[in-house]
Amino acid sequence: MHVDHSPSHDGPAVGADARRADGSRRALRIGLGGPVGSGKTATVAALCRALRQELSLAVVTNDIYTREDADFLLREAVLPPERITAVETGACPHTAIRDDISANLEAVEDLEDEVGPLDLVLVESGGDNLTATFSKGLVDAQIFVIDVAGGDDIPRKGGPGVTTADLLVVNKTDLAPYVGSDLGRMAADAKAQRAELPVVFQSLRSEAGVTDVAAWVRARLAEWTA
Amino acid sequence: MSGAALLVLADGRFPAGGHAHSGGAEAAVKAGRITGAASLEDFCRGRLHTSGRVAAALAAAAALGVDPSLLDEAADARTPSPALRAVARRLGRQLMRAARATWPADELDAVAGQFPKGAHQPVVLGLAARSAGLGAADAAYCAAYESVSGPATATVRLLSLDPFEATAVLARLAPEVDRVVDLAAEAAGRVAEEGVDALPAGSAPVLEISAEAHAGWPVRLFAS
Repeated sequence: MHVDHSPSHDGPAVGADARRADGSRRALRIGLGGPVGSGKTATVAALCRALRQELSLAVVTNDIYTREDADFLLREAVLPPERITAVETGACPHTAIRDDISANLEAVEDLEDEVGPLDLVLVESGGDNLTATFSKGLVDAQIFVIDVAGGDDIPRKGGPGVTTADLLVVNKTDLAPYVGSDLGRMAADAKAQRAELPVVFQSLRSEAGVTDVAAWVRARLAEWTA
Repeated sequence: MSGAALLVLADGRFPAGGHAHSGGAEAAVKAGRITGAASLEDFCRGRLHTSGRVAAALAAAAALGVDPSLLDEAADARTPSPALRAVARRLGRQLMRAARATWPADELDAVAGQFPKGAHQPVVLGLAARSAGLGAADAAYCAAYESVSGPATATVRLLSLDPFEATAVLARLAPEVDRVVDLAAEAAGRVAEEGVDALPAGSAPVLEISAEAHAGWPVRLFAS
Protein backbone atom coordinates (compact mmCIF):
# COMPACT_ATOMS: atom_id res chain seq x y z
CA MET A 1 0.00 0.00 0.00
CA HIS A 2 2.89 2.35 0.57
CA VAL A 3 6.55 2.61 -0.26
CA ASP A 4 8.50 2.32 2.95
CA HIS A 5 12.08 3.43 2.60
CA SER A 6 14.23 5.90 4.46
CA PRO A 7 14.94 9.18 2.72
CA SER A 8 18.60 9.52 1.81
CA HIS A 9 18.61 13.30 2.06
CA ASP A 10 17.82 16.22 4.33
CA GLY A 11 14.96 18.61 3.81
CA PRO A 12 11.49 17.70 2.56
CA ALA A 13 10.80 14.06 1.89
CA VAL A 14 10.14 12.99 -1.66
CA GLY A 15 6.67 11.74 -2.52
CA ALA A 16 5.94 8.45 -0.90
CA ASP A 17 8.70 8.47 1.73
CA ALA A 18 7.14 7.07 4.89
CA ARG A 19 9.35 9.16 7.15
CA ARG A 20 9.72 12.88 7.52
CA ALA A 21 13.04 14.69 7.22
CA ASP A 22 13.60 14.40 10.98
CA GLY A 23 13.14 10.61 10.82
CA SER A 24 9.71 10.53 12.49
CA ARG A 25 6.91 8.60 10.82
CA ARG A 26 4.63 10.85 8.82
CA ALA A 27 0.84 10.87 8.98
CA LEU A 28 -1.21 8.38 6.98
CA ARG A 29 -2.58 10.15 3.88
CA ILE A 30 -5.96 9.15 2.49
CA GLY A 31 -7.37 10.65 -0.73
CA LEU A 32 -11.06 11.17 -1.46
CA GLY A 33 -12.07 11.60 -5.10
CA GLY A 34 -15.19 11.25 -7.22
CA PRO A 35 -17.62 13.14 -9.45
CA VAL A 36 -18.96 16.62 -8.67
CA GLY A 37 -21.70 16.63 -6.04
CA SER A 38 -21.30 13.02 -4.90
CA GLY A 39 -20.72 14.04 -1.28
CA LYS A 40 -16.94 14.07 -0.90
CA THR A 41 -16.85 17.19 1.25
CA ALA A 42 -19.80 16.02 3.35
CA THR A 43 -17.99 12.70 3.89
CA VAL A 44 -14.79 14.51 4.87
CA ALA A 45 -16.77 16.66 7.32
CA ALA A 46 -18.45 13.58 8.80
CA LEU A 47 -15.11 11.77 9.10
CA CYS A 48 -13.60 14.76 10.91
CA ARG A 49 -16.48 14.78 13.39
CA ALA A 50 -16.21 11.02 13.91
CA LEU A 51 -12.42 10.90 14.33
CA ARG A 52 -11.28 14.24 15.75
CA GLN A 53 -11.61 13.15 19.38
CA GLU A 54 -9.36 10.12 18.93
CA LEU A 55 -6.91 11.29 16.23
CA SER A 56 -4.85 14.32 15.33
CA LEU A 57 -6.02 15.09 11.81
CA ALA A 58 -5.90 17.69 9.05
CA VAL A 59 -7.51 18.21 5.64
CA VAL A 60 -6.18 19.40 2.26
CA THR A 61 -8.81 20.41 -0.30
CA ASN A 62 -8.25 20.74 -4.05
CA ASP A 63 -10.93 23.02 -5.42
CA ILE A 64 -11.37 23.67 -9.11
CA TYR A 65 -11.62 27.43 -9.01
CA THR A 66 -12.64 28.57 -5.54
CA ARG A 67 -12.10 27.79 -1.89
CA GLU A 68 -15.68 26.46 -1.60
CA ASP A 69 -14.78 23.10 -0.10
CA ALA A 70 -12.28 24.53 2.36
CA ASP A 71 -14.78 27.27 3.27
CA PHE A 72 -17.54 24.69 3.81
CA LEU A 73 -15.33 22.76 6.22
CA LEU A 74 -14.38 25.97 8.01
CA ARG A 75 -18.02 27.07 8.27
CA GLU A 76 -19.02 23.71 9.64
CA ALA A 77 -16.15 24.06 12.12
CA VAL A 78 -15.25 20.38 11.76
CA LEU A 79 -11.62 21.26 12.53
CA PRO A 80 -9.78 24.37 13.68
CA PRO A 81 -8.93 26.57 10.65
CA GLU A 82 -5.19 25.97 10.89
CA ARG A 83 -5.82 22.28 10.16
CA ILE A 84 -7.47 22.95 6.78
CA THR A 85 -5.47 23.97 3.70
CA ALA A 86 -6.79 24.71 0.20
CA VAL A 87 -4.56 23.87 -2.79
CA GLU A 88 -5.23 25.74 -6.04
CA THR A 89 -5.30 23.46 -9.06
CA GLY A 90 -5.32 25.67 -12.18
CA ALA A 91 -8.73 24.27 -13.14
CA CYS A 92 -7.47 20.67 -13.11
CA PRO A 93 -7.84 18.78 -9.82
CA HIS A 94 -6.77 15.53 -11.50
CA THR A 95 -3.45 17.12 -12.45
CA ALA A 96 -2.84 18.27 -8.88
CA ILE A 97 -3.67 14.88 -7.33
CA ARG A 98 -2.08 12.63 -9.93
CA ASP A 99 0.23 14.14 -12.57
CA ASP A 100 1.91 16.94 -10.63
CA ILE A 101 1.49 16.39 -6.91
CA SER A 102 4.09 18.91 -5.73
CA ALA A 103 1.65 21.51 -4.36
CA ASN A 104 -0.29 18.86 -2.45
CA LEU A 105 2.86 17.34 -0.97
CA GLU A 106 3.88 20.76 0.23
CA ALA A 107 0.48 21.41 1.80
CA VAL A 108 0.66 18.07 3.61
CA GLU A 109 4.20 18.71 4.85
CA ASP A 110 3.40 22.25 5.97
CA LEU A 111 0.42 20.97 7.97
CA GLU A 112 2.65 18.41 9.69
CA ASP A 113 5.21 21.13 10.45
CA GLU A 114 2.71 23.67 11.70
CA VAL A 115 0.01 21.71 13.55
CA GLY A 116 1.65 18.27 13.84
CA PRO A 117 2.28 15.67 14.91
CA LEU A 118 -0.61 14.34 12.85
CA ASP A 119 -2.03 10.82 12.62
CA LEU A 120 -4.08 11.33 9.49
CA VAL A 121 -4.33 13.78 6.59
CA LEU A 122 -7.42 13.62 4.35
CA VAL A 123 -6.69 14.92 0.83
CA GLU A 124 -9.91 15.79 -0.96
CA SER A 125 -10.02 16.22 -4.73
CA GLY A 126 -12.35 18.69 -6.36
CA GLY A 127 -15.15 16.93 -8.24
CA ASP A 128 -13.75 15.39 -11.39
CA ASN A 129 -14.38 12.58 -13.84
CA LEU A 130 -14.43 8.81 -13.41
CA THR A 131 -10.77 8.45 -14.39
CA ALA A 132 -9.41 10.78 -11.68
CA THR A 133 -7.26 8.85 -9.23
CA PHE A 134 -4.62 9.89 -6.73
CA SER A 135 -0.91 9.32 -7.26
CA LYS A 136 0.67 6.73 -4.97
CA GLY A 137 3.31 9.40 -4.36
CA LEU A 138 0.68 11.55 -2.65
CA VAL A 139 -1.65 9.20 -0.75
CA ASP A 140 -1.37 5.79 0.88
CA ALA A 141 -4.96 4.81 0.17
CA GLN A 142 -7.86 6.31 -1.73
CA ILE A 143 -11.62 6.43 -1.40
CA PHE A 144 -13.79 7.00 -4.47
CA VAL A 145 -17.18 8.54 -3.67
CA ILE A 146 -20.11 8.21 -6.07
CA ASP A 147 -23.81 8.67 -5.33
CA VAL A 148 -27.02 6.98 -6.31
CA ALA A 149 -28.42 10.13 -7.92
CA GLY A 150 -25.55 10.31 -10.42
CA GLY A 151 -26.97 7.26 -12.18
CA ASP A 152 -27.00 3.64 -11.03
CA ASP A 153 -24.95 2.63 -14.09
CA ILE A 154 -21.72 4.23 -12.81
CA PRO A 155 -20.42 1.05 -11.13
CA ARG A 156 -21.10 -0.86 -14.36
CA LYS A 157 -19.23 1.76 -16.44
CA GLY A 158 -16.20 1.32 -14.20
CA GLY A 159 -13.14 3.46 -14.85
CA PRO A 160 -10.00 3.73 -12.71
CA GLY A 161 -11.76 5.41 -9.77
CA VAL A 162 -14.55 2.84 -9.43
CA THR A 163 -12.35 -0.12 -10.29
CA THR A 164 -9.12 0.52 -8.41
CA ALA A 165 -9.91 2.74 -5.40
CA ASP A 166 -9.12 1.06 -2.08
CA LEU A 167 -12.67 1.82 -0.95
CA LEU A 168 -15.72 2.63 -3.09
CA VAL A 169 -18.42 4.63 -1.31
CA VAL A 170 -21.91 4.72 -2.81
CA ASN A 171 -23.41 7.78 -1.13
CA LYS A 172 -26.93 9.19 -0.62
CA THR A 173 -28.61 5.76 -0.50
CA ASP A 174 -31.63 7.50 1.09
CA LEU A 175 -32.33 9.07 -2.32
CA ALA A 176 -32.43 5.78 -4.24
CA PRO A 177 -36.24 5.38 -4.24
CA TYR A 178 -36.72 8.96 -5.50
CA VAL A 179 -34.28 8.76 -8.40
CA GLY A 180 -35.05 5.21 -9.47
CA SER A 181 -31.64 3.79 -8.63
CA ASP A 182 -31.38 0.06 -8.01
CA LEU A 183 -28.98 -0.45 -5.07
CA GLY A 184 -28.86 -4.22 -5.64
CA ARG A 185 -27.75 -3.69 -9.21
CA MET A 186 -25.15 -1.13 -8.13
CA ALA A 187 -23.77 -3.59 -5.57
CA ALA A 188 -23.60 -6.42 -8.11
CA ASP A 189 -21.93 -4.22 -10.73
CA ALA A 190 -19.41 -2.91 -8.18
CA LYS A 191 -18.61 -6.47 -7.11
CA ALA A 192 -18.03 -7.43 -10.75
CA GLN A 193 -15.69 -4.46 -11.30
CA ARG A 194 -13.82 -4.65 -8.00
CA ALA A 195 -13.70 -8.34 -7.02
CA GLU A 196 -12.57 -8.37 -3.38
CA LEU A 197 -12.08 -4.60 -2.93
CA PRO A 198 -14.58 -3.21 -0.39
CA VAL A 199 -17.71 -1.13 -1.12
CA VAL A 200 -19.70 0.87 1.42
CA PHE A 201 -23.27 2.04 0.85
CA GLN A 202 -23.92 5.06 3.02
CA SER A 203 -26.44 7.75 3.78
CA LEU A 204 -25.04 10.57 5.88
CA ARG A 205 -28.63 11.41 6.86
CA SER A 206 -29.13 8.02 8.48
CA GLU A 207 -28.17 7.23 12.04
CA ALA A 208 -25.23 5.10 10.95
CA GLY A 209 -23.87 8.00 8.89
CA VAL A 210 -20.17 7.70 8.20
CA THR A 211 -19.61 4.81 10.64
CA ASP A 212 -18.50 2.21 8.07
CA VAL A 213 -16.09 4.55 6.32
CA ALA A 214 -14.64 5.71 9.65
CA ALA A 215 -14.10 2.06 10.62
CA TRP A 216 -12.28 1.45 7.31
CA VAL A 217 -10.07 4.51 7.96
CA ARG A 218 -9.26 3.24 11.47
CA ALA A 219 -8.24 -0.12 10.00
CA ARG A 220 -5.89 1.59 7.48
CA LEU A 221 -4.39 3.61 10.31
CA ALA A 222 -3.84 0.47 12.37
CA GLU A 223 -1.95 -1.04 9.41
CA TRP A 224 0.06 2.15 8.91
CA THR A 225 1.23 2.38 12.50
CA ALA A 226 1.73 -1.37 12.96
CA MET B 1 25.37 18.53 -22.16
CA SER B 2 22.58 16.19 -23.06
CA GLY B 3 19.92 17.41 -25.44
CA ALA B 4 17.49 14.86 -24.06
CA ALA B 5 17.98 16.07 -20.46
CA LEU B 6 17.06 19.55 -21.67
CA LEU B 7 13.82 18.18 -23.11
CA VAL B 8 13.01 16.49 -19.78
CA LEU B 9 13.52 19.72 -17.83
CA ALA B 10 11.72 21.93 -20.35
CA ASP B 11 8.76 19.58 -20.75
CA GLY B 12 5.51 21.28 -19.75
CA ARG B 13 4.60 18.07 -17.94
CA PHE B 14 7.66 18.23 -15.67
CA PRO B 15 5.88 17.91 -12.30
CA ALA B 16 6.91 21.14 -10.62
CA GLY B 17 3.60 22.89 -10.05
CA GLY B 18 3.52 25.20 -13.07
CA HIS B 19 0.14 23.93 -14.25
CA ALA B 20 -1.68 25.89 -11.52
CA HIS B 21 -0.22 29.25 -12.61
CA SER B 22 -1.09 31.46 -15.57
CA GLY B 23 1.89 33.83 -15.51
CA GLY B 24 -0.45 36.80 -15.26
CA ALA B 25 -2.66 35.67 -18.13
CA GLU B 26 -5.77 35.23 -15.96
CA ALA B 27 -5.63 38.83 -14.76
CA ALA B 28 -4.92 40.04 -18.30
CA VAL B 29 -7.86 38.09 -19.72
CA LYS B 30 -10.21 39.49 -17.08
CA ALA B 31 -8.98 43.03 -17.80
CA GLY B 32 -9.55 42.54 -21.53
CA ARG B 33 -5.88 42.76 -22.40
CA ILE B 34 -5.81 39.22 -23.81
CA THR B 35 -8.77 38.46 -26.07
CA GLY B 36 -7.29 36.16 -28.71
CA ALA B 37 -4.13 34.94 -30.36
CA ALA B 38 -2.83 38.39 -31.40
CA SER B 39 -3.13 39.93 -27.95
CA LEU B 40 -1.78 36.74 -26.38
CA GLU B 41 1.30 37.20 -28.56
CA ASP B 42 1.68 40.82 -27.42
CA PHE B 43 1.33 39.77 -23.80
CA CYS B 44 3.87 36.96 -24.14
CA ARG B 45 6.32 39.21 -25.97
CA GLY B 46 6.15 41.73 -23.13
CA ARG B 47 6.65 39.07 -20.50
CA LEU B 48 9.51 37.46 -22.40
CA HIS B 49 11.54 40.67 -22.68
CA THR B 50 10.97 41.73 -19.05
CA SER B 51 10.49 39.11 -16.35
CA GLY B 52 11.34 36.34 -18.83
CA ARG B 53 14.75 37.82 -19.56
CA VAL B 54 15.44 38.38 -15.86
CA ALA B 55 14.43 34.79 -15.08
CA ALA B 56 16.60 33.47 -17.91
CA ALA B 57 19.66 35.37 -16.67
CA LEU B 58 19.12 34.21 -13.07
CA ALA B 59 18.78 30.61 -14.23
CA ALA B 60 21.89 30.87 -16.40
CA ALA B 61 23.91 32.34 -13.53
CA ALA B 62 22.77 29.59 -11.16
CA ALA B 63 23.72 27.00 -13.78
CA LEU B 64 27.19 28.55 -13.93
CA GLY B 65 27.60 28.04 -10.19
CA VAL B 66 27.03 31.57 -8.88
CA ASP B 67 26.13 31.54 -5.14
CA PRO B 68 22.37 30.79 -4.98
CA SER B 69 21.78 33.09 -2.00
CA LEU B 70 23.21 36.06 -3.92
CA LEU B 71 20.99 35.19 -6.87
CA ASP B 72 17.97 34.76 -4.61
CA GLU B 73 18.51 38.25 -3.20
CA ALA B 74 18.95 39.59 -6.73
CA ALA B 75 15.64 37.94 -7.70
CA ASP B 76 13.88 39.53 -4.71
CA ALA B 77 15.21 42.94 -5.73
CA ARG B 78 13.91 42.42 -9.26
CA THR B 79 10.41 41.35 -8.15
CA PRO B 80 8.55 44.34 -6.64
CA SER B 81 5.24 42.51 -6.03
CA PRO B 82 5.16 40.56 -2.74
CA ALA B 83 2.57 38.23 -4.29
CA LEU B 84 4.92 37.38 -7.16
CA ARG B 85 7.83 36.87 -4.77
CA ALA B 86 5.70 34.41 -2.80
CA VAL B 87 4.70 32.62 -6.01
CA ALA B 88 8.33 32.44 -7.18
CA ARG B 89 9.39 30.87 -3.89
CA ARG B 90 6.48 28.43 -3.84
CA LEU B 91 7.28 27.32 -7.40
CA GLY B 92 10.98 27.17 -6.51
CA ARG B 93 10.21 24.83 -3.64
CA GLN B 94 8.05 22.62 -5.86
CA LEU B 95 10.71 22.54 -8.57
CA MET B 96 13.35 21.70 -5.98
CA ARG B 97 11.41 18.62 -4.92
CA ALA B 98 11.03 17.44 -8.51
CA ALA B 99 14.69 18.17 -9.32
CA ARG B 100 16.01 16.31 -6.28
CA ALA B 101 13.94 13.28 -7.19
CA THR B 102 14.94 13.50 -10.86
CA TRP B 103 18.64 14.46 -10.72
CA PRO B 104 19.81 13.83 -7.11
CA ALA B 105 22.78 16.01 -6.14
CA ASP B 106 24.40 17.16 -2.88
CA GLU B 107 24.26 20.73 -4.14
CA LEU B 108 20.47 20.57 -4.49
CA ASP B 109 20.12 19.04 -1.00
CA ALA B 110 22.21 21.85 0.45
CA VAL B 111 20.15 24.61 -1.19
CA ALA B 112 16.91 22.86 -0.18
CA GLY B 113 18.13 22.89 3.43
CA GLN B 114 19.14 26.54 3.14
CA PHE B 115 15.72 27.57 1.72
CA PRO B 116 13.14 25.26 3.33
CA LYS B 117 10.27 27.43 2.06
CA GLY B 118 11.80 27.76 -1.38
CA ALA B 119 14.30 29.90 -3.29
CA HIS B 120 13.16 31.87 -6.35
CA GLN B 121 12.10 29.46 -9.09
CA PRO B 122 14.59 30.64 -11.77
CA VAL B 123 17.48 30.10 -9.34
CA VAL B 124 16.31 26.56 -8.62
CA LEU B 125 15.79 26.03 -12.33
CA GLY B 126 19.45 26.88 -12.96
CA LEU B 127 20.55 24.51 -10.20
CA ALA B 128 18.33 21.77 -11.61
CA ALA B 129 19.89 22.30 -15.04
CA ARG B 130 23.34 22.06 -13.46
CA SER B 131 22.43 18.78 -11.75
CA ALA B 132 21.13 17.48 -15.06
CA GLY B 133 24.49 18.20 -16.66
CA LEU B 134 23.15 21.13 -18.65
CA GLY B 135 24.78 24.50 -19.32
CA ALA B 136 23.91 28.14 -18.76
CA ALA B 137 22.21 28.61 -22.13
CA ASP B 138 20.11 25.49 -21.54
CA ALA B 139 18.90 26.86 -18.21
CA ALA B 140 18.15 30.21 -19.84
CA TYR B 141 16.15 28.43 -22.54
CA CYS B 142 13.99 26.68 -19.95
CA ALA B 143 13.27 29.94 -18.11
CA ALA B 144 12.67 32.04 -21.21
CA TYR B 145 10.42 29.46 -22.82
CA GLU B 146 8.47 28.95 -19.60
CA SER B 147 7.83 32.70 -19.43
CA VAL B 148 5.71 32.42 -22.58
CA SER B 149 4.49 28.82 -22.58
CA GLY B 150 2.79 29.20 -19.19
CA PRO B 151 0.53 32.09 -20.24
CA ALA B 152 -0.17 30.45 -23.62
CA THR B 153 -1.34 27.18 -22.04
CA ALA B 154 -3.40 29.04 -19.45
CA THR B 155 -5.08 31.16 -22.13
CA VAL B 156 -6.22 28.01 -23.94
CA ARG B 157 -8.12 27.13 -20.76
CA LEU B 158 -9.27 30.66 -19.90
CA LEU B 159 -10.58 31.72 -23.33
CA SER B 160 -11.09 28.32 -24.93
CA LEU B 161 -8.59 29.66 -27.43
CA ASP B 162 -7.82 27.32 -30.32
CA PRO B 163 -4.78 25.36 -29.05
CA PHE B 164 -3.22 25.40 -32.53
CA GLU B 165 -3.29 29.19 -32.52
CA ALA B 166 -1.71 29.30 -29.07
CA THR B 167 1.08 26.99 -30.18
CA ALA B 168 1.62 29.06 -33.32
CA VAL B 169 2.11 32.09 -31.06
CA LEU B 170 4.93 30.25 -29.30
CA ALA B 171 6.48 29.29 -32.62
CA ARG B 172 6.37 32.90 -33.85
CA LEU B 173 8.10 34.02 -30.64
CA ALA B 174 10.87 31.42 -30.98
CA PRO B 175 13.43 33.73 -32.66
CA GLU B 176 12.92 36.27 -29.88
CA VAL B 177 13.34 33.55 -27.26
CA ASP B 178 16.67 32.71 -28.90
CA ARG B 179 17.74 36.35 -28.68
CA VAL B 180 16.67 36.68 -25.03
CA VAL B 181 18.61 33.51 -24.18
CA ASP B 182 21.76 34.91 -25.82
CA LEU B 183 21.47 38.16 -23.87
CA ALA B 184 20.71 36.35 -20.61
CA ALA B 185 23.60 33.92 -20.94
CA GLU B 186 25.97 36.76 -21.81
CA ALA B 187 24.89 38.73 -18.72
CA ALA B 188 25.20 35.64 -16.53
CA GLY B 189 28.73 35.14 -17.77
CA ARG B 190 29.70 38.58 -16.45
CA VAL B 191 28.39 37.97 -12.90
CA ALA B 192 31.60 36.28 -11.71
CA GLU B 193 33.52 39.47 -12.45
CA GLU B 194 30.92 42.23 -12.03
CA GLY B 195 28.59 40.77 -9.42
CA VAL B 196 24.81 40.37 -9.69
CA ASP B 197 24.41 43.94 -10.96
CA ALA B 198 25.42 42.50 -14.33
CA LEU B 199 22.03 40.74 -14.42
CA PRO B 200 19.18 42.45 -16.29
CA ALA B 201 16.51 44.16 -14.19
CA GLY B 202 13.67 44.62 -16.65
CA SER B 203 10.24 44.72 -15.12
CA ALA B 204 6.64 44.94 -16.31
CA PRO B 205 4.71 47.17 -13.90
CA VAL B 206 1.29 46.03 -15.10
CA LEU B 207 2.24 42.39 -14.46
CA GLU B 208 3.38 43.27 -10.96
CA ILE B 209 0.32 45.38 -10.12
CA SER B 210 -2.22 42.97 -11.59
CA ALA B 211 -0.57 40.06 -9.73
CA GLU B 212 -1.25 41.89 -6.47
CA ALA B 213 -4.91 42.36 -7.40
CA HIS B 214 -5.26 38.78 -8.67
CA ALA B 215 -3.92 37.39 -5.38
CA GLY B 216 -6.99 38.89 -3.67
CA TRP B 217 -9.63 37.49 -6.01
CA PRO B 218 -12.02 35.13 -4.19
CA VAL B 219 -12.76 33.12 -7.35
CA ARG B 220 -10.06 32.28 -9.88
CA LEU B 221 -8.88 29.36 -11.97
CA PHE B 222 -5.15 29.89 -11.43
CA ALA B 223 -3.03 30.53 -8.36
CA SER B 224 -1.24 33.42 -10.12
